[in-house]
Amino acid sequence: MTGYVTRRLGQAVVVLWAAYTVTFVVLYLLPSDPVEIMLAGGQGGEQSTVDPAQVAALRHEYGLDEPLPVQYVHALWRTLHLDFGRSIQNGAPVTSLIGDALPQTAVLAASALAVALVLGVGIAFLSTWVRRSWVRTLLLALPPLGVSLPTFWVGLLLVQVFSFRIPVFPALGNQGFATLVLPSVTLAVPVSASIAQVLARGLRTALAEPYVETARAKGASRARVHLRHAFRNATIPALTIVGVIVGNLLAGAVVVETVFSRVGIGRLTVTAVNGQDIPLVQGLVLLAAAVFVATNLVVDLLYPVVDPRIRVVGVPRRPRAVTRTLVGSAS
Amino acid sequence: MLTALTACSGGTSRAGDAEGGTPVRGGNLKFAISVDSGCIDPQQVGNNDALNIGRQLVDSLTVQDLDGRIQPWLAQSWEVSPDARTFTFHLRDGATFSDGSPVDAAAVKANLDGIVALGAKASLGSTYLQGYTGTQAPDVRTAVVTFAQPSAQFLQATSTMSLGLLSVPTTSADPATRCEGTTLVGSGPFTVGSYANGSKTVLERRAGYDWAPTGAKHQGEAYLDTITYEVVPEASVRTGSLQSQQIDATTGIASQDLPQFDGNGFWTQRRANPGIPYNFFPNESRPVFSDERVRQAFSKAVDRTTLASILNPGDVAVTSALSASTPSAPDDSADLALDVAGANRLLDEAGWVKGADGIRAKDGKELTVTVTFWQPTTAVLELVQQQERAVGIDLQLKQGTTAETTALQNSGDYDVLFYNLTRSDPDVLRTIFSTETRNVNHRAHSQVDDLLTQQAATTDPAARAQLVAQASQLLVEEAHSIPLIELSTVIAANDDVRDLQFEGSSRLWFHDAWKQA
Repeated sequence: MTGYVTRRLGQAVVVLWAAYTVTFVVLYLLPSDPVEIMLAGGQGGEQSTVDPAQVAALRHEYGLDEPLPVQYVHALWRTLHLDFGRSIQNGAPVTSLIGDALPQTAVLAASALAVALVLGVGIAFLSTWVRRSWVRTLLLALPPLGVSLPTFWVGLLLVQVFSFRIPVFPALGNQGFATLVLPSVTLAVPVSASIAQVLARGLRTALAEPYVETARAKGASRARVHLRHAFRNATIPALTIVGVIVGNLLAGAVVVETVFSRVGIGRLTVTAVNGQDIPLVQGLVLLAAAVFVATNLVVDLLYPVVDPRIRVVGVPRRPRAVTRTLVGSAS
Repeated sequence: MLTALTACSGGTSRAGDAEGGTPVRGGNLKFAISVDSGCIDPQQVGNNDALNIGRQLVDSLTVQDLDGRIQPWLAQSWEVSPDARTFTFHLRDGATFSDGSPVDAAAVKANLDGIVALGAKASLGSTYLQGYTGTQAPDVRTAVVTFAQPSAQFLQATSTMSLGLLSVPTTSADPATRCEGTTLVGSGPFTVGSYANGSKTVLERRAGYDWAPTGAKHQGEAYLDTITYEVVPEASVRTGSLQSQQIDATTGIASQDLPQFDGNGFWTQRRANPGIPYNFFPNESRPVFSDERVRQAFSKAVDRTTLASILNPGDVAVTSALSASTPSAPDDSADLALDVAGANRLLDEAGWVKGADGIRAKDGKELTVTVTFWQPTTAVLELVQQQERAVGIDLQLKQGTTAETTALQNSGDYDVLFYNLTRSDPDVLRTIFSTETRNVNHRAHSQVDDLLTQQAATTDPAARAQLVAQASQLLVEEAHSIPLIELSTVIAANDDVRDLQFEGSSRLWFHDAWKQA
């Protein structure tokens, strides 16, 4: 097991390095440079009239005048020493900018995930539980609808209705539970839809398996068959999409945080990309990559816990087989 | 200030109930802004929202009233040398920074030296201080500022927040901590309460403030206890938040939403931003625009009266190379009238012949030009596109990001640029057009450049205005400048908000603002 985890951590380093390098190249291939954008006042700014010599001095200060490979090596070396540099837009350390935004997004993502789990599991469960076929059809139509509704539109609709028309929740800000409700629901819609879709299919498949037949024959109640036997098996494919869900949450945060004027990683990313703020974008990309790597690792380690059959295959004599099984089921 | 407001009827319009009543002390005003550029240091920022915050934190040597006149503030009087290179300011007594240190000549020196040291980071201030050679302080109340070349614009520059005064320790503090407000100490009517990147800025009333500028409606401390600037990036959310009173005021209401705040418990007030209005700047190193007739036709095809009706209610047609609210802006509207017949004649003369598709061509090449822009002004430009098409010019619109557009500008690889620049001094013409500065047209030295250089060296206001008028007229006549539409700032607020008003650069002044209980 230790060997497996070590190998996975090694792979994680490679993934992080690749993400870092690709972003670096892409950002530097863009035709403009961040200093000019900053001088133009960024978004909502006007024309910059700064003396070209002073602009050059500033570019030199940020090391943007060095040859590309030199800049890359310097940047990578600093990153390896956990020095992520400072934002070009306002000079603040990248770590403190991310540190301020991260908890807000984490809270938003966690509450959205909670809402999504309740909705998703509820829909999946009901759609396999009810016997009336039209209700079933209706419930099964919800996930595709949820996936296809644009988050932006859902957010604006909710804020129009529940903040501007009926003043139940505030439209802006990060303070307090009330400001979290509408953003969480907005962010939960597409996530709950994917959960419901995968879980409902898993449940249907599981319910058709012979062991369900056996359980029923042994006299297990409908609820027991559903919850104890089918549900546990149906969670395996659902677990596989956890990585996708985390991706959805991060991507959705960009939109949700903009619509609801919330501080967070999503908004920070928008600002950083608009300003071509290279150090900040790099920091955010590393963060996102790390989150993905960690999520997938955790999911892979969870498989054997949920389904003992996966563990039985290889451990302890054939660790290689374990790797293959685990990696295979994660992808 | 009240007389100034009413006198400037061309620049302002008012609906609802913005003024009047007995001011009430206290309260928090919630103001929505659209973007947070990560910085609230008035000396470093260039973005209008950030400048509106920074303005409340610092005082300036002078203040510019809405008619463009420079009036005393921290300096109670001043002299400008005839060559416009030496400016002597006599400071008032008793003003202090919020750390208790005095506003004296040493502070003036530290600030101006500091802005020069910030270099490009002081994106506006460093432009105003080009050629700055230093500040002497013969006594504690006298600051003598000198320049290597004539800089008549500097007097107006001293009224801006970009040259607003910060305490001496602030001038040498880390620019990043100044941006976040932690080391930002000014002498203004408000101080930094808190700053949270990307979300909100809270300003607090400065206790003991007693040096409001000439023209302020009241002396003494500001009426509001606090101002909270909330960053609300989404336009429809700003509209809804104002409508549902979750915010009190904003300058970020989209034009199509403004009518609903005209009355109904709200008021709006607009003022054109002084400086260079939204302009087409033709690149004259391109063969097509090296021909003056093509440029003139390009300008004559534009129906500016129709354009003005697009952005904000109350906007009027642009009248010169300068926005009408700029001090000593001339009226060249005769040269800017719609003249389709004239445009067609000029293009015929220049040898551009209309083809079957209505687009003119010469030597087998169609008259196609591309304008590159990033501003949210697509509706305006699409209308111009139609107007140009009527005379056979194929205008292509290319909207990019700020980044792409800036890159293109610097490379010089463009047909036409489109932008505006807010500055309440006519010297902004020299900054943009002169062959010795930006030379936005990529053109050769001409009479215009001499006029622009002369006005920079002329301290007599009337003589300077005349030079500016001549320069502006030439720029328009020779179609180096093709002004299209003025940018206005529009305040929209609920009726509880009173006396929130514009200062000379069309930025906001909160010292007199108060909220009805």
